[in-house]
Amino acid sequence: MAMTEAGTPSVSVDIKRITVKSKVRARLMMHSFLILFALLMLYPLIWLAVSSFKPSNIIFSDTSIVPRHFEWENYTRGWQGVAAPFNIFFKNSFVIATLAVIGNVMSCSFVAYAFARLEFSFKKPLFALMLMTIMLPVHASLIPQYILFNSFGWVNTILPIVTPKFLAVEAFFIFLMVQFIRGIPRELDEAAMIDGAGPIRIYFSIILPLLTPALVTTAVFSFLWTYEDFLTPLIYLTSIENYTVPQGLRLLQAARGASTWGPMLAMSLLSLVPMVIVFFIFQRRLIDGIATTGLKG
Amino acid sequence: MSTVQNLSKKQNAVAFLFLSPWIIGFVLLTLGPLAGSMYLSFTDYDLFTPPEWAGLKNYEKLMGGDPRYVSSLKVTLSYVFFSVPLKLGFALFIALILNRGLKGLGFYRSVFYLPSLLGGSVAVAIMWRQIFSYDGIINHFLWTYFGYDAPSWITSPDYALGTLVLLAAWQFGAPMVIFLAGLKQIPQDMYDAAAIDGARPFQQFFYVTIPLLTPIIFFNFVMQIIGSFQAFTPSYIISDGSGGPADSTLFYTLYLYEQAFTDFEMGYASAIAWVLVAIISVATLASFLSAKYWVHYGDED
Repeated sequence: MAMTEAGTPSVSVDIKRITVKSKVRARLMMHSFLILFALLMLYPLIWLAVSSFKPSNIIFSDTSIVPRHFEWENYTRGWQGVAAPFNIFFKNSFVIATLAVIGNVMSCSFVAYAFARLEFSFKKPLFALMLMTIMLPVHASLIPQYILFNSFGWVNTILPIVTPKFLAVEAFFIFLMVQFIRGIPRELDEAAMIDGAGPIRIYFSIILPLLTPALVTTAVFSFLWTYEDFLTPLIYLTSIENYTVPQGLRLLQAARGASTWGPMLAMSLLSLVPMVIVFFIFQRRLIDGIATTGLKG
Repeated sequence: MSTVQNLSKKQNAVAFLFLSPWIIGFVLLTLGPLAGSMYLSFTDYDLFTPPEWAGLKNYEKLMGGDPRYVSSLKVTLSYVFFSVPLKLGFALFIALILNRGLKGLGFYRSVFYLPSLLGGSVAVAIMWRQIFSYDGIINHFLWTYFGYDAPSWITSPDYALGTLVLLAAWQFGAPMVIFLAGLKQIPQDMYDAAAIDGARPFQQFFYVTIPLLTPIIFFNFVMQIIGSFQAFTPSYIISDGSGGPADSTLFYTLYLYEQAFTDFEMGYASAIAWVLVAIISVATLASFLSAKYWVHYGDED
C-alpha cells in the first residue's frame, strides 16, 4: 500500500471538530436509510397481517395500512379449512416438530460426543464422511428412501419424517455440537475420570449439562425447519387428516377463489405465528448459531 | 500392556455405541439410498412392478430427449445465477453499514434476519404470489403513482422467475449475519495500520475489508449455490405445482418431484437426482478451485 504523510498535529484539532459534525450527519443518514429499508423489507409481512383482517372483496382495492374494521370471519372460515380444520393440521405439525426436536437433540449429541471426545478406529475418515453428508443434497437419497419406507408400510404415517431425526441424519447439528464440545475444558473430563467415571457417565453428568446452549440452538432450528418443511410431508402424508400446516395452506390455495383470499391470508399469517414467537424468544441463540457455524437459516 | 489394549477396546465399543445412531442412519438413509438411486437410474421403475434394466436410456433422455427437463435445468441455472449474487450483494452491503458501530445493531439485525427465517415457508410463498399478482399491491402502487399498467408478474412467462429471484433476495438476512460475524473478526489494528499509511476509508474498504472478508464471501457463496439449486417450495406454490406459466418456474427439484411422485417414473427421476448431485459437486469444486485466485487467507503474506 502506498505511503503518504499523515496530517500535522496543529490542523488535526480542527479536522476533528469538522469530522465529529459530519460523522453525526452521516450517522443520521445511515439510520434513516436503515429504517426505511427495514420498513420496505417488512412491508410484505405487514401487508399480510393487515390484509388478513380485511374482507376478501376489498383486499386488493383497499391498500390502507389500517383496516377499517376487523374481519374476524377470515379467521373463523380459514380455521375450518377446506376438507379438515386447522386444529388437526396444527396438531400434526406440532407432534412432528416436537419429535424432530427430541430426535435431533438426542442423536446428534451422542454422536458429537463420540467425535469430540472419544478415541475409536477410523475416526478421521468417519468424521470426513459425516461432514460430506452436510453438503449432500437430500434429493440424492429421496427416491430410494421413499421406496424403503414404502416397503415398511410407513407411507401416510409420520415415521418417515421423524425416524431419520433419531438417526442423526441432519449432520450439521453434529458439527455444531462437536465445535461446542471442543470448547469445554478437557480437565473436567479428566477430573471425572480420576473419580472413576466412564465415558457414559462423563457424557451425562459433565458434557450434556454444559452443552445446553448448543442443544437449545439445535432444538430451535429443528423445530423451525421441520415445522416449515413442505417437501417431505407432501411426499409421505397422503390423507388429509395427517396433513401438516403447510399442506393445509396448500389445500386452501388450491381451492382458491376470490372469496377465499381472506381466509387463505389469515391462515398463512397464523401459520407464521409459532415461528415468529420462537424467533423472538431465541433470537440471540439463533443469530449466534448462524454466525458461528453458517447454518443455512 | 493387555489392560491398556482392553481399555482401548472397551473405549472403542463405547464410542461406537454413541456413534450408532449416525452409523445406522448413514448406512440405511444415505449410503444405501445413494447406491440404490445410482442403480435405479439405469432402470425403468414405477414402484409397482420390479425395476427393469434400461441401460443408459434415462441419461440419453436427459441429453436432449426431454424438452421439459431442459427447461427445468435452464430455469434453475438462471435462478441460481441471478439470485445468489443479488442476495449476497444485499447481505454484504447491509452488513457493511451495520458494522460501522451504529446504535440499534441488534434491532436491525433481527429485522433483516426475520425474512430469512420465514422465507422458505408455504405461507410466505402464498403471500408473495398475492403481492405480485395482477391486482396485487405492487401493481396497485405502480398504477396509482406512475400510471403504469403493469403485467401480471406471476402469470407471465417473462417475469414469473423474476418474482422468485426477488423472493430469494428478500432472504439476505442469514448470509448478512455471517458477514457481520466475519467483519467483527477483522482486527482494528489492520485499519489503524492502513490509516497510518494514509489509506482513506474507500481504500481501506478495498485493501483491508474486502481481502480479509474473502473467506467469508467464499463460504457464503458456496452455501448459497448449494442451497439455491435445491429450492422447491416457492416454485411449487407460486406455480400451483405446475412449474408454469410455460415452464418458466419449473425448478429442477419440482421436475424431479413430478417425475418421481406424480408420474412414478422412479428410474428416470433417479437419473435426474444424480445429475443434480453431479451439478452441485461440479459447482462446488469449481468454486474451490477458483478460491486460490481470489480468496485471501491471512497467513499467506
